[in-house]
Amino acid sequence: MSTEKTQNTKKRISSKFQNMTDTNLLLTITVVVFFVMYIGAMIFQGGAFLRPQAFLNILNSQAALIIAACGMSIVMIAGGIDISVGGMAALVSMSCAVYLDYKGGNVFVSLLIALAIGLAFGLVQGALVAYLEIQPFIVTLAGMFFARGMTTIVNTEPFNVQNEQFVALKNARIVIPGLGSTNRNGVYVDAYIEIGVVVALLVVIFFFCLLRWSKLGRRFYAVGGNSQSALMLGINVKRTKFYAHLICGLLAGIGGFVYFLHIGSGSPSHAMGMEMNAIASSIIGGTMLTGGVGNIIGTFFGVLSLSTIQNIVSSAGLGEAWWTGITVAAMLCLFLVIQSVVMARKKKIIKG
Amino acid sequence: MQKTEKKKLTVKDILKNIVSRQIFIPIAALLALVLFNLIMDPGFFAVTLKTNSAGNPVFTGNLITILDYGSELAILAIGMTLVTAAAGGQDISVGAGIAISGSVILRVLCGSTTPWPDKMQAPIIVAFLAGCLAAVLCGAFNGVLVAYFKIQPMVATLILYTAGRSIAAWVNLNQLPIVNDKSFGYFGNIIPGIPIPTPIFITAACLIIIALLMKFTTLGLYTQSVGINESSSRLNGLNPILIKFLAFVILGLCVAVAGLIKVSRLSTINYSVIAKDIEMDAILAVALGGNVLSGGKFNIAASVLGAYVIQFLTTTLYKYDVRSDALPAYKAIVVIVLVVLSAPTVRRYLNGFKKKLTLRLSGKEVG
Amino acid sequence: MNALVKENVVLEMKNIHMGFPGVKALQGVDFSLCEGEIHALMGENGAGKSTLIKVLTGVYEKDDGEIFLKGYDKAVSIRSPQDAQKVGISTVYQEITLCPNLSVAENMYIGRTAGLGQNWKKMNSDAEKLLRSLDVPATATQQLSSCSIAVQQMVAIARAVDMDCKVLILDEPTSSLDDQEVQKLFVLMRNLRERGVGIIFVTHFLDQVYEVCDRITVLRDGKLVGAFDIKDLPRVQLVAKMLGKDLDDMSDIKSEGAAYEGKDAHTAVLETEQLVSDAGIKPFDFHINKGEVNGFTGLLGSGRSECVRAIFGADRVVGGTVKKNGKVIKIAKPLDAMKNGIAYLPEDRKLDGIVGDLSVRDNIILALQTLKGFFKPISKAQAYKFADEYIKLLDIKTASADTPIKSLSGGNQQKVILARWLLTHPEYLILDEPTRGIDVGTKVDIQKLVLKLASEGMSVTFISSETDEMLRTCSRLVVMRDRKVVGELSGEQLTQNMIMNTIAGGNRDDAEN
Repeated sequence: MSTEKTQNTKKRISSKFQNMTDTNLLLTITVVVFFVMYIGAMIFQGGAFLRPQAFLNILNSQAALIIAACGMSIVMIAGGIDISVGGMAALVSMSCAVYLDYKGGNVFVSLLIALAIGLAFGLVQGALVAYLEIQPFIVTLAGMFFARGMTTIVNTEPFNVQNEQFVALKNARIVIPGLGSTNRNGVYVDAYIEIGVVVALLVVIFFFCLLRWSKLGRRFYAVGGNSQSALMLGINVKRTKFYAHLICGLLAGIGGFVYFLHIGSGSPSHAMGMEMNAIASSIIGGTMLTGGVGNIIGTFFGVLSLSTIQNIVSSAGLGEAWWTGITVAAMLCLFLVIQSVVMARKKKIIKG
Repeated sequence: MQKTEKKKLTVKDILKNIVSRQIFIPIAALLALVLFNLIMDPGFFAVTLKTNSAGNPVFTGNLITILDYGSELAILAIGMTLVTAAAGGQDISVGAGIAISGSVILRVLCGSTTPWPDKMQAPIIVAFLAGCLAAVLCGAFNGVLVAYFKIQPMVATLILYTAGRSIAAWVNLNQLPIVNDKSFGYFGNIIPGIPIPTPIFITAACLIIIALLMKFTTLGLYTQSVGINESSSRLNGLNPILIKFLAFVILGLCVAVAGLIKVSRLSTINYSVIAKDIEMDAILAVALGGNVLSGGKFNIAASVLGAYVIQFLTTTLYKYDVRSDALPAYKAIVVIVLVVLSAPTVRRYLNGFKKKLTLRLSGKEVG
Repeated sequence: MNALVKENVVLEMKNIHMGFPGVKALQGVDFSLCEGEIHALMGENGAGKSTLIKVLTGVYEKDDGEIFLKGYDKAVSIRSPQDAQKVGISTVYQEITLCPNLSVAENMYIGRTAGLGQNWKKMNSDAEKLLRSLDVPATATQQLSSCSIAVQQMVAIARAVDMDCKVLILDEPTSSLDDQEVQKLFVLMRNLRERGVGIIFVTHFLDQVYEVCDRITVLRDGKLVGAFDIKDLPRVQLVAKMLGKDLDDMSDIKSEGAAYEGKDAHTAVLETEQLVSDAGIKPFDFHINKGEVNGFTGLLGSGRSECVRAIFGADRVVGGTVKKNGKVIKIAKPLDAMKNGIAYLPEDRKLDGIVGDLSVRDNIILALQTLKGFFKPISKAQAYKFADEYIKLLDIKTASADTPIKSLSGGNQQKVILARWLLTHPEYLILDEPTRGIDVGTKVDIQKLVLKLASEGMSVTFISSETDEMLRTCSRLVVMRDRKVVGELSGEQLTQNMIMNTIAGGNRDDAEN
């Protein structure tokens, strides 16, 4: 009797597992892993992890990456890739820094510069990928080269921005009531987030909704799932791909500005490897490079997981520089294998 | 009458055949660069025999520089082409792989007592074999993820891309070992008495080996077959997992050789800078060679030519005083121009345009 | 032909020309379709059916000619599938052209509803209603990839049905459906005909044409042969028109080939005992004699392909033994089977058979090459020799041995795959649906070839969805139901009725299992 019951529940679970879309399945894995990891860190390492500010600091430092990774996820869902986002962030930082300090410009215009750079890259790369049908990897590789090269052409030396208006904005903090804590000296410190975090959260929410509840969003999934079929279903595949790259470029521009706002300087070596971190976050968040599967919320948690594991490693006393790289890679590896195994199992269940 | 017409057609066909050949793209790019330099400064191609600081005769000149410094890229292009063809994706961890194998080579050579020994602690061949082992292990790791776990190559190799340089630093505990023995420098520079840089010979040797492999084994057919249709290949008795794995292992060997040249050039290593962005250049070489990056048919010679096109471009730009960190911007422009011109849609458009033009011209003649 | 054009013409294609580099695919084809009729478009492979359809749906751009539609006073220009949808032409293709990663409902509505937002609730309920009304066994929220191919096909049809189309094109929709599903589809088609939709039905199944169609247009070599009322064109004449010659050997080709009469004629070449793979079949016993042609029959999904895949090692074998000439052999992977002289022509030509970008030559030598091994490449000259030999032998229509196989027509691709296996000189040849989706002429060629090979001593297992094909070629049939061998028929038992009865299962116990 009881065996029958367990069998029934087993069946129910397996049918649920079967009916879940790939996107939701991978999302669930990501979110669960993140919470397990974070709660584990709170229990076993305690200390810094117990303070809410520790979590908010992750957001503060990763806001730019969250924004860039959103764009990356969209391109990946539509079946492409964009490896120029790091280069774009560096170019945006440097251009804005030079404009603010050497040309005495104001912050609002510098934001427009950032958007214009993102838009320009998005337009050109999107057109080349979508309408000339060149492989996105090559196009955005050239984009990355171009952005990195242009950064040094704009200015070679790294420098900190002194523009008062900008510094004020950079140091602006939004206090979150109720989450503060007392520090070692017994002084109560408010919990805060930077402006960039607000932007990042808005971007996450907006693009989550776009992907879920707009025709355009669903078209990204269709094109990424099978572009030939999408064409037959009456979708303008070229335009959809174009939009994906356009959005990614624009978000890379915004992300670059948020990065600049956080770091407050321009340098050719800024945002090195940001594109790979963005890809890694997207993958950890359940976006598949083959396209058609992915979720912005997952990407958000992907970024958080990535930096949480780095914090755990460094607070565990593995301070040497190489540990970070190795743990991030190990985590990526783990996720990839989990995804691969889970998807294979699912396929098998459906088949059998 | 008919005969002459036929002949005309064949000449046209031959031309068409050349243009439609895959290798046409890198050759055209190379010719354009040569032409540009010939017009700007014919002295660009001068090769002179000089003596270097150590008193050894050595050929110098831009052509030698291109062949010399293009070596690592050309060697990597061989393996990258195979991986691209078999797995339908690219290995972005080759730069990190070079760092690891270079680090291992130096570690073996310098021993464990001090990073700066006066004498080498092990024969170079042992160190090189250790480097090969390390690089092949990296290749095998990527290979298992791609072939067995069916993870897309770019994603799978992202792991070592992220971790590779950290691992390289860890191998030598973040110290910078220096090899003081001159003979170690032979691989990356010149052997006294032979005026041609050694990397050129090493590259030639690699090319000969791969040519022999292509001739005397079925590597080419198997790789293409697996790259085009894995399921069908399996039913024809091939083992796609093994063949993809093999491609990654061969790339690992290429990485080890490139790593040896790289560390030999300097006799030391900088973990975060060595072979930086070389993976991007290697992929570019494959693409410039006209190979489809999603796998299938391939042409190694075209990829190797592509590698030299990239180096040619770099050397040309250096000649016009372009700063090394601004170089990528120019490279990007050239790449875009090349891929746009070779894009199928653009070609179709150009062909259509040509057709219309000839139609109009012939129409005029008739009129 | 003009006499046939009625008042209520909904679609008229005039003088359509279309060429690919080196090939004239369509040369001045006319086609007309009336409201409320089911119109079969027939022709051999390479006759231009698919090209005509693709011109009509905007996938290819025609070189010349005009397309008129009811309700448009000028010729319409259709340059993309979207254009086609806009003017009321919907298509369901042979291959599934839906997105596997989206839900069933999304696949039914994406790309054709206005507005920016996606109203999931309405879409799901609409989809659910439509699926129920058409009796499609799927739920709206299910991910498409979790449906069977047949259900995916039905979803595609449901999509087309819902689009209020004037012209519905069904491009070989039945090739992956079993009989019951085909009947459901026909109900659907007749239903649509009542509503006044013009349906273009492309198929290779003659029975189906005579069951549902009103008119037939026949193409041959890119040219129009004619349009006929179904009652004016008996089957034999239709085939004759398609082939361009009178064909009398549809009736009985078995008598032509003499049976193999070696002294080892009745010894088993290959036997299996309780063989079972991980593809979900029940353990089965099977044997084949030298020079015998036998077959697996059963409904789609009854496990007939899985059985032969297990013998060939294509699926992972988890139990049982295989004996060859009385000795136990181990087959863990296809190469093991190949080394034991077994050849397998897979069911899905595109997915498992051809290596698309490779040349015909490389495709022909592939299996022989893998048998020879990694270090013994076949020289180029030798490869050309083999290729030319088999191109001639099997009458493969290709520009040269260097042509990529993907540019050949389906029937010729199949011949190349056949050549690949014949080159290995197998003792035992397994043909899984070798005639699916290919033209009548090639079908007959292949059946004749099978009998000829058998008469020379090769053992052949022949699987086909068309029972009469099996009856013509096989001397023994293994019948399968629900992934299990349920009977064996030979000699006098080999009749349509007997097969049907065995497949359906007279025995109650079996039915309950």
